[in-house]
Amino acid sequence: MNDLYTLGEPLVDLKDPGGPIEDRWDKRRFEAKLVSPANRRRLSVIVIGTGLAGGSAAATLGEAGYHVKSFCYQDSPRRAHSIAAQGGINAAKDYRNDGDSIRRLFYDTIKGGDYRSRESNVYRLAQVSESIIDQAVAQGVPFAREYGGLLDTRSFGGVQVSRTFYARGQTGQQLLLGAYQALERQVQAGTVDLHTRHEMLDLIVIDGRARGVVIRDMITGEIETHLADAVVLASGGYGNAFYLSTNAMGCNATAIWRAHRKGALFANPCFTQIHPTCIPVSGTHQSKLTLMSESLRNDGRIWVPAKAGDDRDPREIPETERDYFLERMYPAFGNLVPRDVASRAAKNQCDAGHGVGPTGLGVYLDFVDAIGRLGRSVIESKYGNLFDMYRKITAEDPYQVPMRIYPAIHYTMGGLWVDYDLQSSIPGLFVIGEANFSDHGANRLGASALMQGLADGYFILPNTINDYLAANPLSPGIDTSHPEAVKAATAVRDRIEKLLAINGGRSVDSFHRELGSILWEHCGMERNAEGLEHAIGLIRGLKEQFWSNVRVTGHDEELNQALERAGRVADFFELAELMCIDALNRAESCGGHFRSESQTDEGEALRRDGEYAYVAAWEFTGLGTPPRLHKENLEFEYVELQQRSYK
Amino acid sequence: MNITLRIWRQQNHDDQGRMVSYGVDDISPDMSFLEMLDVLNEQLTLTGDDPVAFDHDCREGICGMCSLMINGLAHGPEALTATCQLHMRHFADGDVIDIEPWRSNAFPVIKDLIVDRSALDRIVQAGGYISAPTGSAPDANTTSVARKDADRAFDGAACISCGACVAACPNGSASLFLGAKITHLGSLPQGQPERDSRAVSMTAQHDAEGFGGCTQIGECTAVCPAGIPLDMISQLNHDVLSGLTQPGGQ
Amino acid sequence: MTVKTTAGRYGRALRSSVVLHAVMAVGGLIMALYLVAHMYGNLKIFSGQAAFDGYSSYLRTIGEPLLPYSGALWILRVVLLVSVGAHIYAAFVLWHRARAATGGKGGWRYQTTRNRRGVQRSYASFTMRWGGIVILLFVIYHLLHLTANVIAPGGASESPYERMINGFSIWWVVLSYVIALIALGFHLRHGVWSAFASLGANTSVVRRRRLNQLAYAVTIVIIGGFLIPPVSILMGWVR
Repeated sequence: MNDLYTLGEPLVDLKDPGGPIEDRWDKRRFEAKLVSPANRRRLSVIVIGTGLAGGSAAATLGEAGYHVKSFCYQDSPRRAHSIAAQGGINAAKDYRNDGDSIRRLFYDTIKGGDYRSRESNVYRLAQVSESIIDQAVAQGVPFAREYGGLLDTRSFGGVQVSRTFYARGQTGQQLLLGAYQALERQVQAGTVDLHTRHEMLDLIVIDGRARGVVIRDMITGEIETHLADAVVLASGGYGNAFYLSTNAMGCNATAIWRAHRKGALFANPCFTQIHPTCIPVSGTHQSKLTLMSESLRNDGRIWVPAKAGDDRDPREIPETERDYFLERMYPAFGNLVPRDVASRAAKNQCDAGHGVGPTGLGVYLDFVDAIGRLGRSVIESKYGNLFDMYRKITAEDPYQVPMRIYPAIHYTMGGLWVDYDLQSSIPGLFVIGEANFSDHGANRLGASALMQGLADGYFILPNTINDYLAANPLSPGIDTSHPEAVKAATAVRDRIEKLLAINGGRSVDSFHRELGSILWEHCGMERNAEGLEHAIGLIRGLKEQFWSNVRVTGHDEELNQALERAGRVADFFELAELMCIDALNRAESCGGHFRSESQTDEGEALRRDGEYAYVAAWEFTGLGTPPRLHKENLEFEYVELQQRSYK
Repeated sequence: MNITLRIWRQQNHDDQGRMVSYGVDDISPDMSFLEMLDVLNEQLTLTGDDPVAFDHDCREGICGMCSLMINGLAHGPEALTATCQLHMRHFADGDVIDIEPWRSNAFPVIKDLIVDRSALDRIVQAGGYISAPTGSAPDANTTSVARKDADRAFDGAACISCGACVAACPNGSASLFLGAKITHLGSLPQGQPERDSRAVSMTAQHDAEGFGGCTQIGECTAVCPAGIPLDMISQLNHDVLSGLTQPGGQ
Repeated sequence: MTVKTTAGRYGRALRSSVVLHAVMAVGGLIMALYLVAHMYGNLKIFSGQAAFDGYSSYLRTIGEPLLPYSGALWILRVVLLVSVGAHIYAAFVLWHRARAATGGKGGWRYQTTRNRRGVQRSYASFTMRWGGIVILLFVIYHLLHLTANVIAPGGASESPYERMINGFSIWWVVLSYVIALIALGFHLRHGVWSAFASLGANTSVVRRRRLNQLAYAVTIVIIGGFLIPPVSILMGWVR
């Protein structure tokens, strides 16, 4: 142990009901207390975020009769970044009769997460997956269909069964519209108060329970306090800590980070997912990265010039001078190795000088063979929209010239720690969707993010939250004048004033960009202790500079986008440090993460189950004091642990 | 490239607003239009000016948050492209580019290039859904849907709710937005029970918000980044008229 | 701003732009049908004075003795009056709403002067309102001239045939007629197609093409049919 963190008590109370895994969810639902319909109207729930998880939860709680207050930073709930998911949503429907089952989806998810997730949670996710598809279809989500009129599925992300339901390349959009419309129906019914362009800036904890939030009205700048019987965070992941990611520009960690500072444990912050098929950076101006569905790897071949620094037109490089490095290194899986393996191999090629394109940060994804074999029209029908998107962004025609791709941060498996009920370590604070850490372990399967968000929002939280609400209503007489509420609001105002008063010489974005490159370099796909310790030093230095030299223009009481960003980036600094500390602690190669100290003789990832088969849940102990690590040991009764191999 | 920008600046809703000129230099043709505005804002921040406020989020053409009237065209000169996916290579060195917010009485300006589009949400609230409370759904394959109906529904569901149709319409109508949602839900068997009341209620709200009517000019379809076709407005008209004439419609 | 009750929504929808457009469409299509009949009557000019004047008086005796003299004609006139009234009323309300929705400036509400003509609108589609006013003014003049015999360029006459020959022998009368027909042509070109679209008939890309072809066909037939008699008279082919 070093002075970067301390060790706390292990976590034991997980609310896992135990017993046979198939019966646990039933058991938990039966044991949970209920709230009578007549009483629900008097109970209120705050939901932060309106993506798949938050939107579906707010709608469902509204339908149940609770008084819901829903907040999002966008101008409409329908714009949450779930909308950008392309590929599909998994469900163990077994409509193909191809041997799929709840058990198999459970197994694939645990294995895909490299054995760093909880069996009980994942099994429940697989159980609930079927109902999600039913629900979405009933709402009018236009999934792809066969000519016979029944639902079509495809196989996704190297899985051997066809369990992925999809709606062209816009599955996230269509599922989100389903949840959004259900939410708007409740707004009309009067059960949900919707607050758009409102950002949560702090959590209010009264007598040890989450009872409200401090919100900034992003149009007027007014700081509001809202109280409720329970608070649900569905604010998404923190991939934007890397600055360049496939997240939306506004995605941020402020809600979960502020809750963490108020006592919620943060689990596995270093578990981030990197997606191999993104469009490469074109220059320093780049503000975000665009993902293309990894289905492209089904037909495209990935290569780089065999000679480092070869900058000929790719079409002029003869076969013998190309290195199809994935096919060479992984003959069994070739171009279809998992996301993390493909990503790391590509980055290594670029680091060794084989990268292509203007920045040298890219590898070719070549469709010439596929077009020759299947014909252009087949490729067009399969990938036409992706090719168009690529052409729009790069002005290159992928039918003629190989695409260039590069990995990018895409999803964060880590998040606030939650128990089986999706309740954080602060009673009354529930966390759902990408904002929690629960189901994906150290790596997420393709098409499972949508599944988890909707499982949490439609089916799990609306059941588990009853148990809390039944026993712990907000005491009468507590209102926004409560000292804790006033204190939280004052702290938020003070912080805003502080940011506005610095009036230094650098923009918020320039700090964010620098922070992102530190994380990408040292806490990305491949890490080592030396790099992480170096990164922690860099982050601390940069954070200090930020608080003394950032320039935030404008005022508090107006729409002020610079101020919004400044607050988010300030939180990213603190989170980034914790990510590095977590990565430093986890000295194993696991899931999407390669620790160079932990590899096999062949240079492949080496997981260390004896030492690290636990969830690392971090406790905030104050600024400047080392965080405290609480371990939740993972026990595997139903799945046997294996090392991954794709040779 | 060096570009001159003439941008609508308006401090808040009550401010009069005016066009202000700025120069941005060394713009790369590979930049997106919004990244070019990022460069301008970085410049303004360092000189202590207020950066230009504009809406944007996903920057990959799907969330519908970005807007901007660019040289009088909603989302700029490229067809089927939202502002965030527009790149500077479609402009030339020395160009003067006019940038304004969406304009419509139903979209009041909040600040600079940001407008309030919550009217579109209220139209959805009025009936843009299928009532299917969580847990009540039958198995997903209970009802089969003809592929052409599913495709038609999808074509309508592709709307990203950006409001470009309103911005481009000489009548300030949101009929394309409305028609897309009516077609999406009305093409599916699940959407039939509420089809009449949905069309009637959403249309009532559309008009109550102060949007104009449709004269079938089609400017909306020319700027729509999602390619919503004009016939969806006719579908809307059809469903409203049939909804109003159904016995017991009231 | 939100319309809450079901009855409120129903009422609001009844007064909606969609319904007004339907009213305008029905009125417009009735007038277009009338124009076809009117054109057919005009072409009788080539059958000589007796046939033409006979047709004119025949129109007044349709349905006799069930209907009084001129009864059918008056019914037709009432239908036309209602159609034109509804058409114009709807047009003005919709115009007003469009102005209100765009701060009173329509397509010119942006500061930039670029692309004010938009991307794809046709000339016909954005001249509907002013074109409609031109047509209205012409119709008034036309009724005063050839129906009521109040204005009589070239000389008044009891014979409709003579009134027509007298009028259209003068070049500027024909010119004003041609100008009005061009305005009418544009109005029909966009009006016929958009009337069907407003009534919900444009259900696919193929349908849209068909409806536009129909609009062109109706426009060409009506405008062509109306142009032939006056041009023939001016040229002296009919006298």
